Amino acid sequence: MRERNTAKRRSLGRVQLKESRVHLYPTGRLAALVGNPNCGKTALFNRLTGSSQKVANYAGVTVERKEGRVLDSSRAPIRVLDLPGTYSLYPRSPDESVTVNVLRGMAVGEKKPDLVICVVDATNLRRSLRLVLSVKRLGIPYLIALNMTDLANKRGASVNAELLSQALGVPVVNIVATSGQGLAELQTLLRSQETWQSRGWAEPDAMQMEHNQPDTRTAISDNEAIRKILQTLGLEKATVNAATEKIDRVLLHPFFGSVVLVALLFIIFQAVFTLAEVPMSWIEAATATIGNQAKERLPDGWPRSLLVDGIIAGLGGVIVFLPQIVILFFFILALEDSGYLPRAAFLLDRLMGSVGLSGRSFIPLLSSFACAIPGIMAARTIADNRDRLVTIAIAPLMTCSARLPIYALLIGAFIPAKNILGGIQVQGLVLFTLYLLGIAGAFAVAWILKKFNLKGQTRSLMMELPEYRWPSARNIAIGLWQRITIFLRRVGGIILILTVLLWFLASFPAAPLGAAGTAIEYSLAGTLGRMLAVVFEPIGFNWQISIALVPGLAAREVAVSSLATVYALSAGAESNVQALAPIIAKSWSFATALSLLAWYVFAPQCLSTLAVIKRETGGWKMPIITAAYLFMLACGAAFVTYRLALWLLPYGL
Amino acid sequence: MTLDQLPLATRAIVVSVNSANHPAIWAAWLTDIGFLPDEPLEVTVVGRPGGDPIVVRIGSSTFALRLCEASCVNVILQNDEA
Repeated sequence: MRERNTAKRRSLGRVQLKESRVHLYPTGRLAALVGNPNCGKTALFNRLTGSSQKVANYAGVTVERKEGRVLDSSRAPIRVLDLPGTYSLYPRSPDESVTVNVLRGMAVGEKKPDLVICVVDATNLRRSLRLVLSVKRLGIPYLIALNMTDLANKRGASVNAELLSQALGVPVVNIVATSGQGLAELQTLLRSQETWQSRGWAEPDAMQMEHNQPDTRTAISDNEAIRKILQTLGLEKATVNAATEKIDRVLLHPFFGSVVLVALLFIIFQAVFTLAEVPMSWIEAATATIGNQAKERLPDGWPRSLLVDGIIAGLGGVIVFLPQIVILFFFILALEDSGYLPRAAFLLDRLMGSVGLSGRSFIPLLSSFACAIPGIMAARTIADNRDRLVTIAIAPLMTCSARLPIYALLIGAFIPAKNILGGIQVQGLVLFTLYLLGIAGAFAVAWILKKFNLKGQTRSLMMELPEYRWPSARNIAIGLWQRITIFLRRVGGIILILTVLLWFLASFPAAPLGAAGTAIEYSLAGTLGRMLAVVFEPIGFNWQISIALVPGLAAREVAVSSLATVYALSAGAESNVQALAPIIAKSWSFATALSLLAWYVFAPQCLSTLAVIKRETGGWKMPIITAAYLFMLACGAAFVTYRLALWLLPYGL
Repeated sequence: MTLDQLPLATRAIVVSVNSANHPAIWAAWLTDIGFLPDEPLEVTVVGRPGGDPIVVRIGSSTFALRLCEASCVNVILQNDEA
């Protein structure tokens, strides 16, 4: 049983390591940051490498490989790798396997690091040092970055770096990653040749790491060694963070804790709507101004139409949602940085357990609210393979930020912007409901899967609750900046291409002279749309929506830019560039709007999500199953909603 | 006694970790995260409803454990040892 698990885990490790082949790493010295989860490794990485970071498109916190560079004394680059946090070199999850494989030199497309920077949490020396001893046994030169020394000092448990350095025989540098203290010293160390040879004192049992199975004897002998080191440092007594315990008494309270959690999520969704209003109106105004300016200055003809109706209307329709995406990510990043997320997972563990998942699935699922892709990748932190696959399958049901443009457009157009019950915005409330629907759908699917393939096994939780800390403005800023660039790159890349393509389809062939109606009805897109509209008629979609659904497969928010282009072209040459919302408010029935909302709660997801599912699960089975069940759910939900709405609306509901 | 039976806010010490009735790898994982002989611990929060999972403070770290995971940890009350 154990062997099978390990083999599975190892093969999982290999699956994801394949992706590292995509990166072409330059030659040069490689330093890897290694440490326990929550030891401030990523904060240090951000400080150390600054703007030179290369992050893969969809970086979750330390889930994806992050590489940066530091220049050495001769200005040659040293590559720095930020590895996922781990407690030991016996990986529990695919995520931890990445770290272990890299350190053992078994990662495909990555050389064994020349130096390990062990990031040690000074407030939790005992546990951190166990990992240090394991790293030491690998025989890679290492040094210790003693982090959170400010907190340790405050608690009267200062660590004497000199003594620790003597005890281990490697350089030790005091740092405070959040403020950048000690950073210069660390950089100096990295530039010194000696550092790259510091292997520490030789150990008689240096060959112990040859086998891959955990070994209680080693653990106990390591513990003895650490006890001695801690004795030398005068730090035998464990320090306790009184503040964290006090906060936990409220936030983990069965009743108050749940109230706080629900309130917090509600506030986030309200904020997404209310705070984004003003910047969104600026972007809308700017798009309209640019469009009208272009229209006035350019001669009538197809280039003008491409620019105004295709590019400006299409891209403007998507960029307008940037403020909402930024606000949502701000909250997710702040919660992530503060240490609250695992608490939420703890509170939700029973609930998740009732559908056969563990609280651990909460963090990947929450990330999926921003985008399913980092969420699916974050599922690597789940040790249990079955839990991981179920989490991946339901992650697309969490309302991702790409669905936000569509929800925002439809809610803005059809739901009145008024307050009820003393200040609760109806629009925010509807949005909250849509999110809840997605969650309910996910739970229902997980519950059904539980009936199918969960044979009364006990699931593992074992989750650390890190100390609370103030979210660092710097970390949030870097995280937000990464999100903004990813979003804008999408707008400039795939969304631009599809928008232009759609403009062509919607403009050619041109309408015959003297034809009635607008030109788009005679175009390829118009013909295709009318054909699809027959299929989608039972769920209330008109031909404009049917056209927009097709490019929407590539990226959901393209559906909005497509609608913008379709309606801009339908409007004819004389009218001014207008916002999309008032147009659809006039031309769609309320039932159609509700049906489209229901469709997008379960919408067959974007192709990039399917591609990531394929990559993460190593086969076609999961992406096909996921796409099929989502498509069926979406059709079913839209049908029921449309029919119910048609039936009830005449009665004034 | 095992950790799942330890009352709330009572100081105890780890004696051994044994996952005989559960997946064998659990013992190794518990050891990894710090459940080692002689480590002092305390249950700080009990989840509701059902008393599962629990929050355990061990050394300077805090972990959420399922009751079945906690049952792999043998503990004695701190007073017993003194």
